[in-house]
Amino acid sequence: MRIELTVNGERREADVWAGESLLYVLRERLGLPGSKNACEQGECGSCSVLLDGRLVCACLVLAAQADGHELVTVEGLGEDGGLHPVQEAFAETGAVQCGFCTPGFVVAAADLLARNPHPSEDQIREALSGNLCRCTGYAKIFDAVRLAAGS
Amino acid sequence: MEVLTPRTLDEALRLKAERPDAVPIQGGTDVMVELNFDRARPAALLNLNEVGELRGWSRENGSFLLGAGLTYSEAMETQLAEALPALAEASRTVGGPQIRNRGTVGGNLGTASPAGDALPPLLIGDAEIELASVRGERKVPLTEFLTGPKRNALADDELIVAARVRAAAGPQTFMKVGPRNAMVISVVSLALTVDRERDEVRAAFGSAGPVAGLVTTPLTELDGFAERIAAAARPIDDVRGSAAYRRRALSVLTARAVERCLQ
Repeated sequence: MRIELTVNGERREADVWAGESLLYVLRERLGLPGSKNACEQGECGSCSVLLDGRLVCACLVLAAQADGHELVTVEGLGEDGGLHPVQEAFAETGAVQCGFCTPGFVVAAADLLARNPHPSEDQIREALSGNLCRCTGYAKIFDAVRLAAGS
Repeated sequence: MEVLTPRTLDEALRLKAERPDAVPIQGGTDVMVELNFDRARPAALLNLNEVGELRGWSRENGSFLLGAGLTYSEAMETQLAEALPALAEASRTVGGPQIRNRGTVGGNLGTASPAGDALPPLLIGDAEIELASVRGERKVPLTEFLTGPKRNALADDELIVAARVRAAAGPQTFMKVGPRNAMVISVVSLALTVDRERDEVRAAFGSAGPVAGLVTTPLTELDGFAERIAAAARPIDDVRGSAAYRRRALSVLTARAVERCLQ
């Protein structure tokens, strides 16, 4: 079946199998590998994207459910091809070890700061509780979010 | 496999009557895991995301009508959180933000897991589940809707439309035992309310029997209530905890919940 959606401001079409996830469409059909494929059950947050402005796991959205909807992926967070302030803060604080979880954390942190520009420590932890970093780099990740919130 | 995407409830009911084998999908937090792991290959999926009648909530007399498509994030918003505090507290413990933005009350009812976090709060709110098909509508008390682990009273041609819940008539709370705060399936959970209108206490447990269960007592007969809850549960030993631990935890949670609600 064919679906049509807006991805990072651009109209895109894709021929998809009925049972496939939005994550598969992004990575394998639309050439957007920034959203990572790991647990495929909504446990790790590495495929976090914004669907109609809401933070979701792309692995748990049926591709057909995104038909006619608007999507922002990590590739489209920054304006004019530049980095989003959260991405700059991750680079500045060294909030990256292996980097696999980074796109998901960046999207979740950007979503938090868009809704709440000055989050408390607890609010940061809560907002990132759906994302896992197996290198256990959380301290630097929290530093990055605090830096982005201050900038 | 094909995906059917109705735009109205009428259309959804017609499609479900024509294709009783179609699996309803709303937030996808249960159904997609089955698909991603090759555990299920239904002939058709019934995508309910575009059916406006299933969204949101409304107030009717002293009750709240929660659309099957109400997300946990929406259940946490101020107005609902004030009217149904235990449901809001339970919603805060579901998954992480990404899951709460997609997962729905209707999905929790459809999956009917003994560990469904929304179920104990709905039980203490005397929830009735509104079901519909092309044959008509019917209301089923939640205690009868849940028939076994991952089994419910839904007929093949029916869809869950809403849950009707009584607003809190006194303090409520929800507690959940798990290895961490976020992203856990409950080892055992408990919702409890002190109902000042009826002078009774209602408590419901999750993950401690084949279905979430409700126990009530007059406010004047609270002695031994924690033990009665533990005795009413029929927990099993599994990877998340032992039956003995679950019984013990339930009794502790009940005592704490009563204390929290009566102080």
